[in-house]
Amino acid sequence: MLVIVDSGGANLASVRFALERLGVRGTLTADPAAIRSAERVILPGVGSAIAGMKRLRAKGLVGCVRGLTQPVLGICLGMQLLFEQSEEGSTPTLGLIPGQVVKLPESPGITVPHMGWNTISPARAVGLLDGIAPEARFYFVHSFAAPVNAFTVAACQHGAPFAAIAQRGNFSGVQFHPERSGPAGARLLQNFVEGRV
Amino acid sequence: MLARRIIPCLDVRDGRVVKGTQFREHEVVGDIIALARRYRDEGADELVFYDITASSDGRTVSTDWVARVARVLDIPFCVAGGIRSLDRARAILHAGADKISINSPALENPALIGELAAEFGSQCVVVGIDSRQEAGDWFVKQYTGDPDKTQSTRWRTVDWAREAQQLGAGEIVLNCMNQDGMRQGYDLTQLKLVRAVLHLPLVASGGAGSMAHFSDVFRLAGVDGALAASVFHKGTIKIPTLKQQLIADGIPIRP
Repeated sequence: MLVIVDSGGANLASVRFALERLGVRGTLTADPAAIRSAERVILPGVGSAIAGMKRLRAKGLVGCVRGLTQPVLGICLGMQLLFEQSEEGSTPTLGLIPGQVVKLPESPGITVPHMGWNTISPARAVGLLDGIAPEARFYFVHSFAAPVNAFTVAACQHGAPFAAIAQRGNFSGVQFHPERSGPAGARLLQNFVEGRV
Repeated sequence: MLARRIIPCLDVRDGRVVKGTQFREHEVVGDIIALARRYRDEGADELVFYDITASSDGRTVSTDWVARVARVLDIPFCVAGGIRSLDRARAILHAGADKISINSPALENPALIGELAAEFGSQCVVVGIDSRQEAGDWFVKQYTGDPDKTQSTRWRTVDWAREAQQLGAGEIVLNCMNQDGMRQGYDLTQLKLVRAVLHLPLVASGGAGSMAHFSDVFRLAGVDGALAASVFHKGTIKIPTLKQQLIADGIPIRP
């Protein structure tokens, strides 16, 4: 069973629909027992880190998510929450991947939010990218991002480099929206669903 | 490198896609879902759905078709039309839209921009600006969905764009009304002026008639996205051909 954590954020429907297009049913739930017993877990999220952590706390899910041992995929804000802290309101986050999420720097010709289709540079081979062309573009929309470090699987460049995909143990995160990234995004979700992480 | 975006715009009235000229004389061009699928398959980078009657009628868009669109699309889409409250925005985002765009309601209540950004994040708050040239400058118009209800505002376009950015908008769509439906090219002068005061993504709207117009607006006005309706609806410009041409022109584009 695949579970989508109902963290109350706004892109829950689009993640669920993307899984439906792959013929996979994602159960949307905030029940810690259901999340713990799931085969795989998706942690979606849009909006601010403060609001995202507040929602997880309000639903009593912080400890639950931190303790998961099955494959977990954080998407967009869901990825950012996997890190230690967000500069957005100096919010402590889940602390599952080392690093602090910071605001993307603005500069001439570099607009923030980083919004649109960008390429990524894989740092190492991972199952999530199986069957995806190296020049594939993914849809990003965010103003904050995680740093490139030892846990970066693929980096993206927008004014400065940042982590597009990060992974530590069973926790993976993607800064872009695979559910809105055309066939490449669908393939990434399929890889996750089929256990290629 | 971040790709420039090609964005077909679907004006929705009573559940059908329509198109007018200079915001008048609307004709039905097709079914929402059929057009959404077509543009997805042709390689559109994003879609915008404007319920053009919603603001001027005091109505809001139904979330029913938003969810139907969200089911079929694997590219992002934005919904606009009479969104006046956090609850309304939430309903549309929860139905599966990636962004909401506010235009007249932002002019009525500028604080709404910041409230939406605080609740959902700036990245999903688009401010649409309908702008018309008058006496050597550009001014913001309101309630443009119905010509009989269209009003002038006190805002110069450049000032309102800057204000919207400061209040927390995540993107600006500038509808150049003089050019709308004329197919004579985007208003490069105006777009350059607005680009210069923004660090946000800027999307050009109004005036696309040829592939060269897209190339010009990316190269000369520095916009992040180019929105068009009739040239795509009528098949005058095919998105795959347009994208090939833009790539040949050296513009970063998702093939």
